[in-house]
Amino acid sequence: MTGLLRFGGVALRRGGRLLFENLDLELGPGEALQVAGPNGSGKSSLLRLAAGLLDAELGRVERSRAALADDSLALDRELPLGRALRFWCGSPEATMDSLGIGFLREVPVRFLSSGQRKRATLARVAASGAPLWLLDEPLNALDADGSERLGSLIAEHLHDGGAVLAASHQSLPGNWRWLELRG
Amino acid sequence: MIGALIVRDVRRGFTGAAWLPIAFFLLVATLVPFAIGPDARLLSRIGPGALWIAALTAALLPIERLIEPDRVDGVLDQLALHDVAEESVAVAKIVAHWLTFAPLLLIATVPASALLAMDGMSLARTELALAIGTPGLAALALAVAAVTAGLPRAGAMAGLLLLPLAVPLLIFAVANAVLLEAAISLLLTAGAPFVAAVAIRAART
Repeated sequence: MTGLLRFGGVALRRGGRLLFENLDLELGPGEALQVAGPNGSGKSSLLRLAAGLLDAELGRVERSRAALADDSLALDRELPLGRALRFWCGSPEATMDSLGIGFLREVPVRFLSSGQRKRATLARVAASGAPLWLLDEPLNALDADGSERLGSLIAEHLHDGGAVLAASHQSLPGNWRWLELRG
Repeated sequence: MIGALIVRDVRRGFTGAAWLPIAFFLLVATLVPFAIGPDARLLSRIGPGALWIAALTAALLPIERLIEPDRVDGVLDQLALHDVAEESVAVAKIVAHWLTFAPLLLIATVPASALLAMDGMSLARTELALAIGTPGLAALALAVAAVTAGLPRAGAMAGLLLLPLAVPLLIFAVANAVLLEAAISLLLTAGAPFVAAVAIRAART
């Protein structure tokens, strides 16, 4: 498989409602795709489908190793941020610095603000070494500095042959292909 | 990853409320002489059974923190993304739960047996039965925790599910049928990861 993510004729049903059907998409190295659409149109579900956390009703999903950043923090609240991130990825230090949270290394996760938490989940993705990044509303709670830092991390990742699939209704920094879910 | 998960869960168990089930176990054991009266012969006769009832009810206390917090916080999802099978997650969590529950319980059984006027032989038999039975009990607790995760009133549901399923373990444990108890414990320990894994996958939204 040359592509990092491939959907072939995928249909997804959640809670009895058909969110989308006959969805084809392919993401190769260096490609970034933004999924947009109104609330409830299935953006997050599409990401969870790509992550392998949900099963498609119909069709096939193939993917390479992926990392997901969504609303859930999945970091132990009582641990210092550096140690909590090290549980998931061997050496998060460089990524923490590039996202501007390096100075929070010794601060317990429960004291972080929501923007800092968002940066921490993005740091986990960026430090994972996975070729495919799945970002659910990556700009939520991020300030201008945060989205700029995220933009340069994404650009670097694409340059290194990775791919990014992001769900957002805001415009993301960089050049993105666009997929609109109708809802 | 499995080893790291066990270490993490043990750490969280001991920094959290690992002493709570043990305190509950000792409290129930203390209630027995008050409820039955101070007749030492009667107490020593019912002692092992009473300790097992105390252990089973104490095993209910940690159930709500075994799976649900990690499900809500996305830890189970992240583990899946790291290609850790749900079955392996369940095994790691059973091992970690046993480590934070059973050794303390075995220690607490010593003072509890004194409260029930049990002699050394009876204490030794009960310790052996608990050592054999607790892996099965820990596995059962984890499976029940996974099945009830996310349900309203999960704690009460967990009790209703776990206690009937623990009855075979209880019967052979107090009857000193060591091999049959070991067989039941092994069956629970071997089956629970698969039940828990199916439940974890089904609870994903």
